[in-house]
Amino acid sequence: MTSWRALLRPGDWLVAALAAAAVAVSFPLLWRGGPAEKAVVKRDGTVVAELPLNITKRIEVQGALGTSVIEVRPGRARVAADPGPRQYCVKQGWLTQANAVAICAPNHVTLALVGAKASYDSLNY
Amino acid sequence: MTASTTELSLRVSADDRRIARYAAAAIALTVAEAAIPSPLPGVKPGLANIVILIVLLRHGWREAVWVSLLRVVAGSLAIGQFLAPGFFLSLAGTVCSLAVLAAASRLPRAWFGPVSQSICAAFAHIGGQVLLARLWLVPHDGVFYLVPVFAASALLFGVVNGLAAARFLADGTPSVSPGSK
Repeated sequence: MTSWRALLRPGDWLVAALAAAAVAVSFPLLWRGGPAEKAVVKRDGTVVAELPLNITKRIEVQGALGTSVIEVRPGRARVAADPGPRQYCVKQGWLTQANAVAICAPNHVTLALVGAKASYDSLNY
Repeated sequence: MTASTTELSLRVSADDRRIARYAAAAIALTVAEAAIPSPLPGVKPGLANIVILIVLLRHGWREAVWVSLLRVVAGSLAIGQFLAPGFFLSLAGTVCSLAVLAAASRLPRAWFGPVSQSICAAFAHIGGQVLLARLWLVPHDGVFYLVPVFAASALLFGVVNGLAAARFLADGTPSVSPGSK
């Protein structure tokens, strides 16, 4: 019987250490989006509303086809209703992660969640 | 020359028998492992890789490829996953890890043992799987959120499987002989 330690050669320690480093580096990926801070509603690419995610609110946005209803609850947001034919953005349900997006293309309306570490300025909000 | 249907015979070489034996062991481990509940699809010990490593280090890369691919195909048949998404994920992971093993088995043996190869193969395996999942099954970057979990499990099981393979190679007989221990 050989001891378990003897089964490891010097290079094995190196490979294991490199692998452990890779795992450690990859971990921030898991929370890359981070908690979402606010919901941004756009129509044709222009911002029509920015809603903080700590207040329950329901707004209506006039789009190309009709009215999209955006609903915000603490920590999450969704498109509650949309006149689009396929309802993809509605079926997406609640968005909770930063950088998550629901796009109601037929109605030209988008709902996006933005985190504290957005690539653009959210500090002045 | 007339072909006789009664005298159809396949010539089976010693190599074929050996590959079949190793593949059988790998398939048995695959089936046994399928019974282990997993918290997340994709996080598995990959015990069959112990067999692949032993074959690689004893008989070379070509035989490891045979055993490995036989394991994927026959193993998935045995657990009813053949041509299911899990089969393709398994195949993608296996192909990637075989490619990496081709390089890793050329590392100097004095410095790098089965544990190195096992870790490399485990990471290549999850790499291939995640890539296929991203390209085909879940075409969304959300898949990559799970990478740290897969990577951590690859490290853990890579080390464990590598140690198991190293132990078998050091102690001599990977075949279960009666009366051992």
